[in-house]
Amino acid sequence: MLSKIILRVEDLHKRYGNEEVLRGVSFTVRQGEALAIIGPSGTGKSTLLRCINRLTEPDGGRIWLEDQEITNATTDMNKIRQQIGFVFQDFNLFTHLTALDNVRLGLLKVKKLSKKEATERAMHELARVGLAEKADAYPAQLSGGQQQRVSIARALAMDPKVMLFDEPTSALDPELIGEVLQVMQELAEEGMTMVVVTHEMGFARSVCDEVIFMEKGVIVEQGPPEQIFTNPRQPRTQQFLGKISELYGRTGS
Amino acid sequence: MNPWEQLCQGLVEGGFLRLACDIAPRLLRGTVTTFQLTILAIGLGLAGGILLALGRVYGNKPIYWLSTAYVQFVRGTPVLVQLFLIYYGLPVFEIRLDSLTAAIIGLGLNSAAYQAEYFRGAIQSISRGQMLAARAIGMTNLQAIRYVILPQALRIVIPPWSNELIYTLKYSSVAFIIGAPELMATGQIIASRNFRYFEVFLIVAFIYLVCVLVISKLLDMAEQKLKIPGLEMR
Repeated sequence: MLSKIILRVEDLHKRYGNEEVLRGVSFTVRQGEALAIIGPSGTGKSTLLRCINRLTEPDGGRIWLEDQEITNATTDMNKIRQQIGFVFQDFNLFTHLTALDNVRLGLLKVKKLSKKEATERAMHELARVGLAEKADAYPAQLSGGQQQRVSIARALAMDPKVMLFDEPTSALDPELIGEVLQVMQELAEEGMTMVVVTHEMGFARSVCDEVIFMEKGVIVEQGPPEQIFTNPRQPRTQQFLGKISELYGRTGS
Repeated sequence: MNPWEQLCQGLVEGGFLRLACDIAPRLLRGTVTTFQLTILAIGLGLAGGILLALGRVYGNKPIYWLSTAYVQFVRGTPVLVQLFLIYYGLPVFEIRLDSLTAAIIGLGLNSAAYQAEYFRGAIQSISRGQMLAARAIGMTNLQAIRYVILPQALRIVIPPWSNELIYTLKYSSVAFIIGAPELMATGQIIASRNFRYFEVFLIVAFIYLVCVLVISKLLDMAEQKLKIPGLEMR
């Protein structure tokens, strides 16, 4: 039986000046599903993610989170954004706050929890990403991988219905990528609904349930990882994956 | 006897120390007034400067335009003209201020324009991702500014802001022209009676210097204390 739909994107359009970055993108994400979005750089993948929580305003199309329409002008986006965890490529931890305060800030100021409740919840999330002992460290004292894990904890603390990852490992040194992917894999296994824009084909293949290949603002091909990686139907998908495997060896683990 | 020896003799035999002791209490009162004037003016400038900076960075068109016009007007006209407008000009509208209040308001409004530019620079130097990250966890624009942007901007702004505080302390001396009883005015009154301008203003200069050095030291300490760990090299 299919689980319920958490996120529905319908005919999404976005243009910057004369350049149409998104040209009618539609897809759905069901509860507990991990969706990978792959494709060449500059094809609108990050713009797509930012349109979902309207950090970037889409020009056309509609988006629903469960039964609330996000793209409705009267929607309180501050309420919606609490339910959509967002993880940035360059972490964007608040530089003046410790790891604990980074996770706690939203709980205190947005969710209005008491200090005790917020601290407990924040410590729980830090432990979940394996960084409880770094609670008092400032971002500049953490490695890139640790910073990204704190930023995942910060998003998780808000109790989101879906987590959006915008190339979460692209700014990391190769030896730090593993620890972040590990955390994300655990999240997927715990049943978190996730949309992951990534260049990590191994992760997309082994962890995600569904893969979208995007190019030039449209979805070229969509399907389960087995289909996309071993038997892609579109010549463009084959070409792209061929290039990737030339660069990095065999795609997938 | 060369001029230096003449000066030294004059200072010693002319009773420089006695003079200093005689006028110290009055100069001290003037110094206290100078401090009041400086602190209130810099405080007014701080509040106004933050609002103006926010208006110039985040404001809609009318707010941006108004705050920009204010900053340009104040920075483009002499502080003395501004003081005269407030002290001698406002009575036209039945607004009469005593000289100290007029000086506080005048120097405060003036400082606000300069502080606005320091704050604007600091706010704009903070990466855009900080704002995005704050909005992404559901903060309103105002919450993001208050809890994420300003705490960082205020730290960045301390070194240039120290200059502004020191300038304000020194520029507060122009208030003597409208008769505010601060340090400069006190020195002027004393010297115009005993005609010992050189000695009196040497002492006045020395007092300003000590005040500036003390303030610089305090701000250095504040900057050290507020440093964000791990960013020491910045």
